Amino acid sequence: MNAPLPSTEPTATRSKLLVGQAAAPGLVLGKLVALPAPTPPPLGSTRAAPADAGGNEPLAVHAILVGAIDAAVAQIEALAARTRDEQARGILQFQIEFLGDQTLLEPALVRLREGASAVAAWCAAIDAQIADFETAADDYFRHRAADLHDMRARVLAILAGEVTDALALPANAILIADDLPPSRFLATDWQAGQGVALRGGSATAHVALLARGRGVPMVVGIGAAEIGIGSEAILDGDRGTLEIVPDARQIAALAQRQGAARAESERDTAAALGAARTANGEAVQVLLNVSSLEELDRTGPEICDGVGLVRSELLFAHGPPDEETQLRFYRRILDWAQARPVIIRTLDAGGDKPIAGVTIDGETNPFLGVRGVRLSLAGPDVFKVQLRALLRAATHGNLRLMVPMVTATHEMIAVRELLAQAAAELRNRAVAYALPPLGIMVEVPAAALALDMFDVDFASIGSNDLLQYTMAAGRDNERVAPLADADHPAFARLLKQVVRAAAQRGMSLSLCGDLAAQSKHTPLLLACGLRALSMPAAAVGRVKRAIAAWSLTHDEQPHDHGRPA
Amino acid sequence: MPDTSVVLLHAAGLHARPAVTLTKLAKTFGARIHIAANPDGPWVDAKSIVKVMQMKTPAQTTLHLRAEGADAHAALTALVTLVNADFTGGPE
Repeated sequence: MNAPLPSTEPTATRSKLLVGQAAAPGLVLGKLVALPAPTPPPLGSTRAAPADAGGNEPLAVHAILVGAIDAAVAQIEALAARTRDEQARGILQFQIEFLGDQTLLEPALVRLREGASAVAAWCAAIDAQIADFETAADDYFRHRAADLHDMRARVLAILAGEVTDALALPANAILIADDLPPSRFLATDWQAGQGVALRGGSATAHVALLARGRGVPMVVGIGAAEIGIGSEAILDGDRGTLEIVPDARQIAALAQRQGAARAESERDTAAALGAARTANGEAVQVLLNVSSLEELDRTGPEICDGVGLVRSELLFAHGPPDEETQLRFYRRILDWAQARPVIIRTLDAGGDKPIAGVTIDGETNPFLGVRGVRLSLAGPDVFKVQLRALLRAATHGNLRLMVPMVTATHEMIAVRELLAQAAAELRNRAVAYALPPLGIMVEVPAAALALDMFDVDFASIGSNDLLQYTMAAGRDNERVAPLADADHPAFARLLKQVVRAAAQRGMSLSLCGDLAAQSKHTPLLLACGLRALSMPAAAVGRVKRAIAAWSLTHDEQPHDHGRPA
Repeated sequence: MPDTSVVLLHAAGLHARPAVTLTKLAKTFGARIHIAANPDGPWVDAKSIVKVMQMKTPAQTTLHLRAEGADAHAALTALVTLVNADFTGGPE
């Protein structure tokens, strides 16, 4: 190595280690690439739609199409707001209603399932409508085809105009950006060997969840330091660091860790099928979190003792589904589980999960607002459709009905009343149903502290919300994310209290938040007395190994000691 | 299931603007509401402008409405009133 010259920038100062937060595990050795600016959206567009890249999953393409239609509606609404002409406003109003009608997309859904692009699916849907109007006998309806052509072109322009939203990253690229919208992440065809480092963002942001799901290593919060684009770097998604211009020793160490990681992942795969037992032989239930039916196609039920959380939100992505649609969805999961218990959570909208037409817009603090069961009780018609579907599904398998965001006992009294009404409606229709065990999600500290007051069959701790409400540190804010620390003694005390109350009341208890999936927290959860953990399928092997390595003798209540402030 | 019928007097039929007004009003009710131009159907969702426009209903058609749900009666009363008032007075 040459001696550094003071007049030029020496290698030693170009090398640097940026420390952020680990957002998605994995190691990448690659070149730093800056995030290209997206193509400006067409005139009047108020939100970005992701590109219509090939190779995306039907769900992602669906999201792209829905995003484009939403953007079109926003454009037309903006036009309507500027228009004084009553006639023109009427026409625009018609277009807004038409685009907002979910029946319009029915033909598109079929095409999406067949793997069509958003453009092809949109054309299938709107062209069917255009053909229908163009062949109408009545002049008036025939002329409405022009409106449909207008809507067709607008949505296509949005889909096409932002096509460059898809990132074309070279092999072994480490993308550097301030932040990455989830839509752009989804629009990109990620390859093994690529990774992302964000200056801002947080490990619990939506894009981080997507990165973990897709297996793209990601580090967030590396800060505003100057970064030499094009330099070689090591992205460490396990430790949350970005090592710029690594030396030969660091690169050798990386290769060793990558080899070890591969071996580790093979051991995880093998462990996933084994039993979950602590080192002293105590059985622990390992359950799955399920948000879509596609996840069930990728794994058999043998790796788990049941389903600890079915998120029904996905069903509601485009407004409330009818009873039959819901029934089919629930039955499919019960069939998959083959008599294993399946905990289905009723709609948990609001907070960071807004749903058009269901949640309330404009709340100043949606996390402390009308969400979860509060929303369900505010709109009992939507809720009762779901309850009827669940009561019917309960005749097909081992279904358990769980209510999210419960705070006070009177909410569960209201839920039971609605359940009784739903059952009566099914009786009147002479439809078979069964009353499933009823449980609550414990995520509000009030429910955790007074769990013994609840007359329910089971409870499941939603650790993400319980932690953020306990620590008053939002998961969407990286500046307070370090405060949302599960190792704080307050959290362990709360967990132990919940475990005790559940045991006293004879409720079965599980934990279904992110903590259950993080093997580094498995000892904490077991030490607090939890014996049922629910997690995504990908985490099962790793957590079963962590369970096997733990024994009761380790439990000297390390988490209940105060720590120096 | 309560049902009712009403004659459509709107000069041009169930066109874009009346259809917007009708579906918007229908959507303010929790009841499932269906509409047909013929008592034997086809019955379509009165909350879907796509479906209502597909009916291509001309003027002087007898519209048939039926609803089920807690507020079915109120929904039918409001919809019949709207049609009788020639689609004025619905929600904006």
